[in-house]
This record gives sequence, C-alpha cells and structure tokens, in this order.
Amino acid sequence: MVDRAPRLAVWKFASCDGCQLTFLDCEDELLSVAARVEIAYFLEASSAPGPGPYDLSLVEGSITTPEDLERIRHVRRVSKRLVTIGACATAGGIQALRDFADVKEFAAVVYARPDYIATLDRSTPVAAHVPVDFELRGCPPDRHQLLEVISAFLAGRRPVVPAHSVCVECKARGNACVMVAHGTPCLGPVTQAGCGALCPTFNRGCYGCFGPMESPNHASLNHWMRGLGMSTPELVRIYRTYHATTEPFRRAAEEAQESGEEE
Amino acid sequence: MIGGPHPMTPALYRVRSRRPDRVDTVTLTLEPLRGECPPFHPGQFTMLYAPGVGEIAVSISGRARSGGYTQTIRAVGAVSAALCGKRPGDVVGVRGPYGQGWGLRAAAGLDVVVAAGGLGLAPLRPLVRALLGDRCGRISVIVGSRAPDLLLYPGDLARWTRQGADVRVIVDHPDHAWRGPVGLVTRLIDRIVFEPRRTYAFVCGPEAMMRDTAAELVRRGVAPGRVELSLERNMKCAVARCGHCQFGPLFVCEDGPVLRYDRVAPMLAVPEL
Amino acid sequence: MDAVVIDSLEPLVDELRSRGYAVVGPVVRERVIRFEEIASADRLARGWTDVQEPGRYRLAEGAGEMVFSFAASPDSAKSYTQPPRQTLFRMRGEQIEEAEEDAPRVALLGVRACDLAAIAVQDRVFLGGRHPDPAYLRRRRALLLVAVNCAVPGGTCFCVSMHTGPRATTGFDLALTELAAPHRFVVETGSERGEQIVAALPRRPASAEDLAASAEVSRDAAEHMGRHVETEGIQERLSAHDSPRWTQVGARCLTCTNCTMVCPTCFCTTVEDATSFTDGTAERIERWDSCFTLDFSEVNGTPVRGSNAGRYRQWLTHKFSTWIDQFGMSGCVGCGRCITWCPVGIDVTEELANLP
Repeated sequence: MVDRAPRLAVWKFASCDGCQLTFLDCEDELLSVAARVEIAYFLEASSAPGPGPYDLSLVEGSITTPEDLERIRHVRRVSKRLVTIGACATAGGIQALRDFADVKEFAAVVYARPDYIATLDRSTPVAAHVPVDFELRGCPPDRHQLLEVISAFLAGRRPVVPAHSVCVECKARGNACVMVAHGTPCLGPVTQAGCGALCPTFNRGCYGCFGPMESPNHASLNHWMRGLGMSTPELVRIYRTYHATTEPFRRAAEEAQESGEEE
Repeated sequence: MIGGPHPMTPALYRVRSRRPDRVDTVTLTLEPLRGECPPFHPGQFTMLYAPGVGEIAVSISGRARSGGYTQTIRAVGAVSAALCGKRPGDVVGVRGPYGQGWGLRAAAGLDVVVAAGGLGLAPLRPLVRALLGDRCGRISVIVGSRAPDLLLYPGDLARWTRQGADVRVIVDHPDHAWRGPVGLVTRLIDRIVFEPRRTYAFVCGPEAMMRDTAAELVRRGVAPGRVELSLERNMKCAVARCGHCQFGPLFVCEDGPVLRYDRVAPMLAVPEL
Repeated sequence: MDAVVIDSLEPLVDELRSRGYAVVGPVVRERVIRFEEIASADRLARGWTDVQEPGRYRLAEGAGEMVFSFAASPDSAKSYTQPPRQTLFRMRGEQIEEAEEDAPRVALLGVRACDLAAIAVQDRVFLGGRHPDPAYLRRRRALLLVAVNCAVPGGTCFCVSMHTGPRATTGFDLALTELAAPHRFVVETGSERGEQIVAALPRRPASAEDLAASAEVSRDAAEHMGRHVETEGIQERLSAHDSPRWTQVGARCLTCTNCTMVCPTCFCTTVEDATSFTDGTAERIERWDSCFTLDFSEVNGTPVRGSNAGRYRQWLTHKFSTWIDQFGMSGCVGCGRCITWCPVGIDVTEELANLP
C-alpha cells in the first residue's frame, strides 16, 4: 500500500457521459471516496486536471477515431490500474451497431462535408487495444458496483461483481419472473447481473445492457421467446443494442436469424 | 441448546511470526487474541479471514512451540495474497479447525508411504511428525515439486531423514544445480521400500497427482481402503451449509478433506461431479 | 384441542396482529399470488385461482368466495427462514461484532403442506448438523405457521409423490381447511401457541360433517396432482452419471438459477466482503447462491462443473438423491415451483422419468 492517497483519473472516449454521471451520482459516497483518493483527473467534475501517473484510471467510452487509439495508449501508459466502466468502453456500446453497416454511407447521408469526419470503421472496446485490469458492465454501470470496484481496489481484493445471470438478483429482490407470469420476453437469463434487476422489477423484460452472463444459452432462450410470439427481426433486434458485438450476443442474433430461416 | 457464536464468525488471531518459504509462499504462526488454540488433528484445516478481503481454507501444518498454529499460504488470489502480506502483530480471523484429518491410528504397525505434491506437503507435515514420534516402522516420504527452489520445508525433510524416514524428492523442472530425479512423484514409488500388503498411504497434492499416485499404489497391491487422499473443493463455509464443496454425497469440508481412496475412487472417475 | 370451525378469517388476522405478529398472506400483486404483509383479511386473494404449467403461470378469476383456491406461489417460507442476504459480522480494528439482526414475529398465513415439509428440511440443514445456526433459530422461533390444506393443486404439483402433502399433518401452529356452502374454515391446532390463538376466536366445535368435508378436500386434492415422480429406486436411477439425458437437458438449461432461487429447500449461499469508505469497517455478507453459477464450484480459478449438463446434473442429483445421503431426507417436497418458474419450462419430473 502506498502512503499517499491513491490518485484516481476518469477518462472519456466515445460515449454519452452517462457513466461519469453515475460516478457523480454517488453523492454521499463520493465525498468519502474523495477523502480516500486524490481525484487527479476528472474533466466532468473539475477543470483543473492534475498530471499523471495515476493509480487507478476509470475509462468511459469506446474507441472510434484514430485519435482515440493514440489517447487510450497514453492512458494505459500513465495508469497503474485501468478499469473500463460501462457498455461503450467494455463492449463498444450502442455505436458498435456501425459494425453491421457501412460507416462511409452513414457519414455521406448525415453530414454536409463527410470528408471532415475522421472515424474508424468500427467501434471497439478498450480491451481490444490495451490490457484492461477490470471491465465494469452496464449502460450505465450500477453505482453500487462502481463504488465496489473502487472500494475493492483500495482494499486490494477482487471486486464483488458476479458474472451470473440477472435472475439471481431478480429473485433475491423478490420479483416473480415476468416471462413466466406475464409472457414478457426477457434477456435476464442470458445477461450478467449488476443492475439489481431494474427492468424486471418494473415489469419490463431485461434489455441486456450488462451484456452476456458467464454461460449464456441464447439458443434455448430464443426458442422459448419465439414461442412467446417474438419474430426473427425482433429477436435479432433485442441482442443488437449495447452489446451487439460482444461475442455471445453477436452469435445470439445470428442464431435467431439462422433458426428463423429454418422455420 | 443452540447458542454461542454464529458458525460463520471467526475468532481473532494475531500473527506471531512470518516466514517466507518460497517466492510466493509464506508460513504464518497464529495465536488467538483470547484463550488458547483449540487442539487439531493432522490433516485438518482452518478458515483464514483477511479482514475486508475474504476467507480461504488453509490446512494446519503444525503447532508452534508457543502453542499457535503454523499455516502455510501460497499467494494465488486476492485473499491468499493479503494473508501472505500479513506481518507480525497483524490480526486475522480464524475459524476451525475443521474436517476429518489423516487416519493416523489406522496406519499403526504398517509401513507408511507419504506422498506430497507441491503445497500438499503442508497438511502432511504434522502427520509425518506424529508418525516419527510414535512408531518405528518403515516411513517413506516422497515429495514432488515443480522446481528445486519451490520445494517446501527443506529443513523438515532433512530432519525427517535424520529421524529415520526415507525421504525422496523429485522435480518437474530441474535447474542446473539439481542432481536428483526428474519427473512426477509417482516415479519415486519405484525407489522406496514397502510391503504393499502391509502398507498405509497418505497422499496430498493436485487432484491428478493424487489419482495417479493412489492408482499406482493400488496397482502394486496396497489396499484401496489403506490409501487416504486430501481432496480440494471450493470450501466457503467449512460447516456444511454453503453447499459449494459438494462432491457427490459428500461435503468435502465436513466429510473430508481427508477421504479414503476406496470411497472416492469411483467418484473421481466421474467428470464434473 | 379438537378441531373448530370459524366463519371468517378477520378475527384470526386481528388476533395475530394483536399478538405482535406481522401477518403475511397470499395477495394478488402484478397478476401473481404473492405473500406480503396484510392488515386485513380483505386483502387476501379471494376469488382467484391459478393455472400452472412448465414455464407458465397465469391467474384466473372464478373461485367465487374461496380465499385459497390456488396452488404454490413463487414465494415460499424461505425468504423468512433464510433471507436472501444477511450480514454475518462487522470487524473494525481488533473488534469483531456479530450482526444480530432482529427476527420480527411473522405469521405466515396460507403456507401449504409442501412448504411445511420444506421448513422441516431447512431445520435439518441449519439446526440438525454439527454447527447449528443461532440466527436461523431466532428467525424460526419468530415464525408462526398457519397452514392451509390444498384444495386445488396446480398443474406442476407432485407432493403426493414426495409424501409431503396435500394435507398438513405436522409442523404447523394452525391448519385451516376451507369449505364451501356455507363458506367456513375447519381449524386444527398443532401447538400450544396455536391453541391460545384459537381460544381467543369466535368459533364452534367442528361437526362430524365438517370433519368429513375437510378430509374430502384433501382426498380430492391428492387425486388431482398435476405431476408424478416415481421415488422407488430414485437414487439408483440418479447414479446414471453418464446418461445422454444430461446433455439433452443441458442444451435447454439456461443456467439462470431460477429453479434454485424459487426452491423452498435450496439453501446454498456464498459470502461477500465489503469495506466501508468512511471508517474502513470490514463486513461479511452471506447471500443466496446457486449451483448453476460457475463460481460455485471454482477451484484454483477453474469451475469443477463448467458445462450446463454438469451443473444441471449436480442440482437434480443433489435434490433427489445425495440429499438423502447427507440429511436422511429428500431435498424435494414436490411443490412444483422449479417447473413452473423455469423460464424455458424444464420439468424435473419429466427429466427423472427419462433417466437413465
């Protein structure tokens, strides 16, 4: 353990700032965090960034431009530990939907001068470019999990961020299964916990924003959800959101397409 | 009447001394803040709690002169690393001792083969000491180590030799100074002398090593009921309430960790049991 | 005490509440029968019934004045005997303190024979071993059980196969049988506590007709089990570790843990460590865990049971076979919750019937 307070940095890449806002939203705890660590770089909260190196870097956002590529390598160089926070930094985010289409075509349609747009063909997670010490899922991440990661880092233990399904939290919270009771399609069984089963608690199916759980069985779930009335395009669409390019969800959408063609 | 402390609440112990054994392994001597260390049987383990970090099962490798437990920990995860980092004066939590130890009495009057792989020597250490203390038969101790510098308790091994045990070491990855045999611990079975039909064996190490060693001993005529293994499963509670260490009908924490080969051999053959 | 008849549940609820019990009973919430605290018997799910099949649960109207015309709710007594999450202890400096969470008095109104059997199983697990749990005992003692004899078993029920129902014979403070025309309840007592409560209610002795009608309810229920399990030779059948059936069910299983979460006897837990930001206090928490997670069997970074098939086999063989070796009783009480609440409708009775 270091004698001085550990230095924390928060970095932003292609993202909506929602993950950083989750951190700011920790309110009460944030003061305690500030007492234990030196928040040395956090543009969202302060305009006076301190220089590196940093003991812990939290990175929000995906890598989408050539400049991002350079900057993430810099962040890695100046950080002892690098933790990605949120679906963009961990999985490429909603903007990774570009991977399924032609970015040049988008740019030509949207921008008057598409040649001004310097963007990569794909939106990729941070771990595709530099080693990452821990990936925190969620769109946005859960504030308790975010605090847990910082707290575990300070205590030198493994963060309690289980990789099992949302169902574990859903049942511990006392919810009845929305799929069984209401016939509402739900990605909870194939999605990693962490949100506290937020959507099912409000009688919505899980949208999978924490990405695939440790052993997702999408083929079985897809089969059942078809029985609940979901069409092939609907099945493809529910997997192509925040974790569209994460391997198990990419396969899940493909499996839905293939099994749809068979029928 | 049910009362007293919750079975999941540790007693607090102070680190009395710390001895680095190898690059990643440390032996701590632990003494309770209040009262005395409960007695233990060789082969038993405790749950060691690094405050705020977590708890792991660690076998007891001996009793210090001061009365405390000596426990050898290898830093492989956050909890074991935190425990390895403890210094004299630091406080840790201890629950136990737990589990079924080695069948010391069943071995009386027989030749004894003690086979250890890596850190598996730790729970066998108090057994060998007890064997040397109260019997005069043939005792062979065969030890497999990944590399010469990873060998555990070299001082004890030398002492046991002086006390009459046939102690042999084999390594997987020799360095240039190594003059001894190279390979797996099962190869040493050839080199020791024992009368299979009058032999009792105690085996501890990685599961594959235990399976192979036990099978080899049995092939040579040792009765399966006279071979004991110390199984490793995910022990979280040590009091048969968390379910994690189940192995078929067994709770390894309470029915084991030491189990007879004739009982577990069929189960060890089932994948993912 | 001989059985008595009461015409209304209101005095019972009032009496329990006046004795300091939070009365928890079946109500309709979000189209599901749930157990929650009620202030009055008016809140109970009067007139509702349920339709249960593998992976599907629906409520239906049509039970008229009947209050208990449905089968098992997703809620069992487990949340009360073994909360999903509890603090074990806190440690600060060289002080360690057990979190003696208080056990408020709860009267569970409407538990079924299978639930009582499940509580007996949990008693064996938490109190009958070498390391009894004083916190469990506190909660258990604070629990008053008002059982209801099942009249309308669900499509996934098989308590008759597991010899746990449908009639409550032991383990309750009070047991009610709901009768129609005229609407009334036959009340049996199973404890001194129960007798004291009945003594305070407006009541009349049960007539021979009342008792016959009450017995008929259970006879009829026993004949309408939705599912069946052949328990004869079950341990032998479950020793077929290499049956292809495991791979087949593994292909369907989501490893989502729902079956274990709704199971009234599944007791497995894990622990979590936390440290306070403010003063560094360390805390250990015990929470429900499931043999369907990968962490559950992890040894040195690798799960012993990595495949879906391996994890499903662990669950089923433990529940119906090795549980008997460990605790001298089956881990299954035949409530059918795991069948109804499996999101993809895996049916344990079908799996068992198709082994080896």
